[in-house]
This record gives sequence, C-alpha cells and structure tokens, in this order.
Amino acid sequence: MTQGADPLVEGLTGGERLPLARLLTRIENGDPTVRSSLPALLAAGRGGHVVGVTGPPGSGKSTLVNALIGEWRRRGRRVGILAVDPSSPYTRGAILGDRIRMMEHAADRDVFMRSMASRGELGGIAVTTWLAAAALDVAGYDPILIETVGAGQSEVEIARLAETTVVVEAPEMGDEVQAIKAGLLEVADIVAVNKGDRPGADRTARQLRAMLSTAGGRVERSPPRVMVTTATTGEGVGPLADAIEAHREVARTAIAAGERARHQLHRAVSELAWRRAATRDDFSDIVEGVAGRTLDPLTGADRLLPE
Amino acid sequence: MNNETPDDRATPIRVLIAKPGLDGHDRGAKVLARGLRDEGFEVIYTGLRQTPEMIADAAEQEDVDIVGLSILSGAHMALLPRTVALMRDRGMDDVLVAAGGIIPDADIVKLKEAGVAEIFGPGTSIGQIARYFRENARRPS
Repeated sequence: MTQGADPLVEGLTGGERLPLARLLTRIENGDPTVRSSLPALLAAGRGGHVVGVTGPPGSGKSTLVNALIGEWRRRGRRVGILAVDPSSPYTRGAILGDRIRMMEHAADRDVFMRSMASRGELGGIAVTTWLAAAALDVAGYDPILIETVGAGQSEVEIARLAETTVVVEAPEMGDEVQAIKAGLLEVADIVAVNKGDRPGADRTARQLRAMLSTAGGRVERSPPRVMVTTATTGEGVGPLADAIEAHREVARTAIAAGERARHQLHRAVSELAWRRAATRDDFSDIVEGVAGRTLDPLTGADRLLPE
Repeated sequence: MNNETPDDRATPIRVLIAKPGLDGHDRGAKVLARGLRDEGFEVIYTGLRQTPEMIADAAEQEDVDIVGLSILSGAHMALLPRTVALMRDRGMDDVLVAAGGIIPDADIVKLKEAGVAEIFGPGTSIGQIARYFRENARRPS
C-alpha cells in the first residue's frame, strides 16, 4: 500500500501508541486538520476486520469483549477496541467504564483500547467511530472491535458501520415478541446469548433461533447465527471467535460492502448536515423562538435548512 | 460553540480516575467520577488494584488530559512517583497528574517534587476539584 508522505499516517505505522492515541483525539474532536490526511489514512488501510459488539446494558458485552481479546491474543492477533458510552445530554459529561472489565489486557502492547463518549448528535459519533476504526486499522490492529450500548438509534447505526455485528443478549431478557421488534436484533450477523451458565440460556437461544429464522432485510440473505457463550468462564468464546472470522468473507462480498459504503456515506452526510445546521449563528435564536412559541418547529427547521 | 458550556473549551476534558495499589475502597473514586461527569468531564474509570504500568498504559491509549489517582493505603510514596515517571517516559509531559486520599502533609512536598501537581485531602468538594482541573488541564494543541 502507498503510504504517501503524510506524517500523521506515518506516525501510526511505527508501533508507537501515543501518536495513534493523539490522532484518535483529533478525530474525536472533529479537528479540521485531520481532514487533509483522510485520503492517505484510508489508502493506507490494511484490511483489518471491523466487528461491532452491541447489546442491552448488563448483558455482559464488556466481559465478552474481554474474553474475545484473550482468545484472539492466543491466536497471535493484535486487537484494537473502541468502547463507546453515552454522554449526558445535560452536562456533556460521561462515565466511560468499559476498561474495568478489560484491565487484564492493559499492559499488553498488542492490545489498544480506547474509550469514547458519544458526545450527542453534534459529536457525529458514527462517523467518528468509523474513522477511529480506520486509524486502528492503519496501525495494524485486526480485528477492531467497536463496543456500544445497544440502547438507542445511534448505537444501532454504529453497529451497521461494522463489517460484522454481534448482538449480545442475556437469558430471559424478554419474550419472543421482543425478538421480532424492529431494531437491535435486526442488525445482528451473530447473536450471542451470554451468561450461558444461567438458567434459561438454552431456551432463550432456541426462541431467538426460531424467531430470527428468516433473513429479514439482511443483505447476506441468511438468518443470523445464535450462539450461547459464558464470558466469565470462556465457554463458547472460541466458537464465537470462529463464527466472527467466518463472517468476514461474507461481509466482503461486493453486495454487502456496497450496502455498507452507502450507509457510511448516508451517515456522514446526515451528520455533517446536522452539524452545519446546528452551528449556524441563528440556531440559538430559532431555538429560542420555538421555546417561546413565536415559531413552530417545522418552520424553524425550514429556516435552518431551506428546501 | 455551546452557550451552556461551563467553560470555553469546545470539547470536554478527559480524565482518567485510577486506584493504584492494593486498597479496596473505591467509594470516593466513584463519587468523584460521578461528580466530574455532572461537571461536564469525560471520566474514564479503571477500577481497583492498578499497577503504575497499567495506569500509564491506560492514560497513553486514552490520551487523557488529567490522571486522578485515589489512594488510601499509605503506599503513595511508592506508587505515585512511579506512575508519573512512567507517564513522562512515554511522552505524556503535558498530562496533569493529581492525587486524592489519605496523604500526610509531610509527603505532599515530596509528591509535588515528583510531579504530582496537586493533592486533594478529605473534605475537598467536587466543585473545587473540577475548578482546579478546568484551570490547569492542558489546552488542545
């Protein structure tokens, strides 16, 4: 691959961690100086497998990611992790706690983990995550795991940017109708029913298999695999890693890659459009107008983005 | 950028809160983490029983602006200077290191000489810590 002479990209390939960490900060902050480096960054990609891991709070995502890191390290892989947690819409603050479950890998030079706050709509988290994954790829990490709490639409959107998406569920989290609602399970390539040592895990897996037995809107035209894992003991983690690896080829067929590229473009454009509208000088005035009922929300929106 | 911002920074300050050594009491660290979240900081909490190496590694990967070390065990003279030294070795010269917990006055001077910028004892309010962090954290380059 051509490196070009971009110093920012060259800083990633030397195996040092600080240049990568500082580039991730600039990506996260939407630093305009990053933009000129993006073509070089994307051209230097090494084809690392981008894997999304999402699921409801408490399903054991971080613990399962920790177990997967261990499994891939035993297989000699260098693993990158982006862990996204929500920002407070009131204060912009966030607690990023995913490291707690992964500290055993903290001193491993071949594991790079970064916690990121979603920073609200304006933060453009989907595009940020995608670019951060590209930076980890150039730095030689493969696979690159993106962990998000599967609680809102933007988390589902992040999962859709990954090549392979694992949705983590815990036993007895809801009845069969929950499984056929639109949303999280729809984006799954693999469903991991974690906490497999709890009663009801096999029954939950059977129910999910039955309810997810059709392909739905998936470009792969096959139903997601449903597997049982116990992250705390490692049970089922090897087979899960195998299934993720096997999906890599499926995700790289032209049709799946094309679908993902369209989605990436869609996200990037809508995030940028939103950011531009919300950073206009008259944004606060229009919001005040809506708050004071001198303006209705649709007219306000029209002023920000006229047809 | 945002008129509700408590300070003039465009992006939140990132803080790593860590518990070095073997003491098992992290209520204070968790209360501080939560309080800083409410003050608009992005707080990375690493959990209990961290070595200086683990803390320096985490600070490096997370590219935090501040490392806050909570220590109640009495091992601060062994652990805090080593954490600072490891961070400086790895090029984190502009990262603020602060400590909190039970630290005798006699040790405070030595810790400051070793590069711990400030030490917050019992009774410090979260507002005081937040203000100190805002005033002393590095600015984006």
